[in-house]
Amino acid sequence: MTGRACIVGIGETRYARDKTWSPTTLALNLDAAARAIEDAGLHARDIDGLMPFPGLSNAEEIAANLGLEEVAFASTVHMGGASPVASLLHASLAVTSGAAKHVLLPAGWAGYSGARARQTVSTEAASMPGGGIARDYYIPYGLTAPPQWYALLARRHMAEFGTRAEQLGAIALAMRKHAQANPNAVMRGRPMTLEDYLASPMIADPYRLLDCCLETDGGAAVIVTSHERARDLARRPVHILGVAAGQPYPADEIVSRKDLFRIGLTSAAPRAFAAAGVRPSDADFAQIYDCFTFEVVQQLEEAGFCKRGEGGAFVENGRIELGGELPVNTHGGLLSEAHVVGMSHLVEAVKQLRGEAGERQVAGAELGVVTGFGDFGDGSIAILGSSS
Amino acid sequence: MTARPLPQLSGLAKEFYGFCKARELRFQRCSACSAWRHVPRERCGECGSADFRWERSSGRGHVFTWVVATRSMHPAFPSSPPVAPVVVEMDEGVRLVTEIVDCLPQELVIGMPVEVVYDDVTEDVTLPRFRRQA
Repeated sequence: MTGRACIVGIGETRYARDKTWSPTTLALNLDAAARAIEDAGLHARDIDGLMPFPGLSNAEEIAANLGLEEVAFASTVHMGGASPVASLLHASLAVTSGAAKHVLLPAGWAGYSGARARQTVSTEAASMPGGGIARDYYIPYGLTAPPQWYALLARRHMAEFGTRAEQLGAIALAMRKHAQANPNAVMRGRPMTLEDYLASPMIADPYRLLDCCLETDGGAAVIVTSHERARDLARRPVHILGVAAGQPYPADEIVSRKDLFRIGLTSAAPRAFAAAGVRPSDADFAQIYDCFTFEVVQQLEEAGFCKRGEGGAFVENGRIELGGELPVNTHGGLLSEAHVVGMSHLVEAVKQLRGEAGERQVAGAELGVVTGFGDFGDGSIAILGSSS
Repeated sequence: MTARPLPQLSGLAKEFYGFCKARELRFQRCSACSAWRHVPRERCGECGSADFRWERSSGRGHVFTWVVATRSMHPAFPSSPPVAPVVVEMDEGVRLVTEIVDCLPQELVIGMPVEVVYDDVTEDVTLPRFRRQA
């Protein structure tokens, strides 16, 4: 399906941690959706496909609020933070098969003013990956929350490959640096030093506070249509050259894998790169789902940007900063822009490929990679291009 | 403080924790291909067989990795003293999440030999925890 589906609209709300602002999660999804529809030059009723993020909104309420009387395709991918990019795969299949004409992918949440992530995810077994497995074998021992799950992997990586705190810090610093060039980033105006990073309190040792993503309010959305329809729309389309999703094995349990570091991305990335006919080294930038710093290291390795064990060295010396060999999360990511469950990574990639990223524009960006990461290591990846 | 959550004693979890209550650590072992497995599953992921035995473990293993939960993310687990969930790799090859009872978090070392102890946390539930091997 090389080059046959495109992203033709993007929308974002304000991103904030603001005690005087308490939008509902649904309102954030709708606001982002409306902006994406306007950006595409479409009318709401042109949308006949909906792929809401799992657990944050649903197709029925989105359709009712946007006046969508004929929804031909409605589906939700249950892969946590890997869902938006995985939804791009499903949406591409829908528009290229003719099941839908224009598919809207809305996401976002009141992650700051509403129920905080740390409260909901950790106390409701049904909301956790693994469900009953977590309830019966993890939570009784105090293993209750995402930074704790992934810290188990980070510690092992540090022991096996010598990955250091300063290298994880290089990721946090790069994201914070990029946020300074993003007017919508929550951490704009709040630069960070390595000393700040190392002095931040331990949260889930070896993770410090500044290894962890933000809790914010915000919504983002994209619209997918076929290459043929994209030509008639308002904006220059961004082409989905390759997109794939995958799961670790087993996906419902995180400690017993024979290969502890193998994640969904490990199998998905080669498929996406092959479909696009490009290599990781061809990418002008990468937006990597950065729920926690080590997951950036792990995904860079498993996607093939470097070899396993070399991710710590890869992120050093400015390589992943703007101006470096592979700018990563040019918007500031979940760590320093806002936590928009992965959708803002797609939106930022589209901005870069349209040449609309302002002071953080990667010069001449033509090819970008976006990943998603969720649950116990579900993965997704899209290779996007400014031309087909 | 909220009481610590307990496993739900139903299905295969009821069997696993039932053995613990009887002071036996047992894991599933496939009757067809002899592969050990944990967490309990209906079928063997290696060969697909639904036949298994609950086979007695040596009770011995080593520390594989751990996290120190210095920021509480659950009302039953306060920040201080922090809980330190540990992954132990058993001599049989399976891994499980547990805690080490005789060791401060800062004393944990990857590869440290440990052995099972049984903690009767309620009248009905016994959790397997571990201590340093003598």
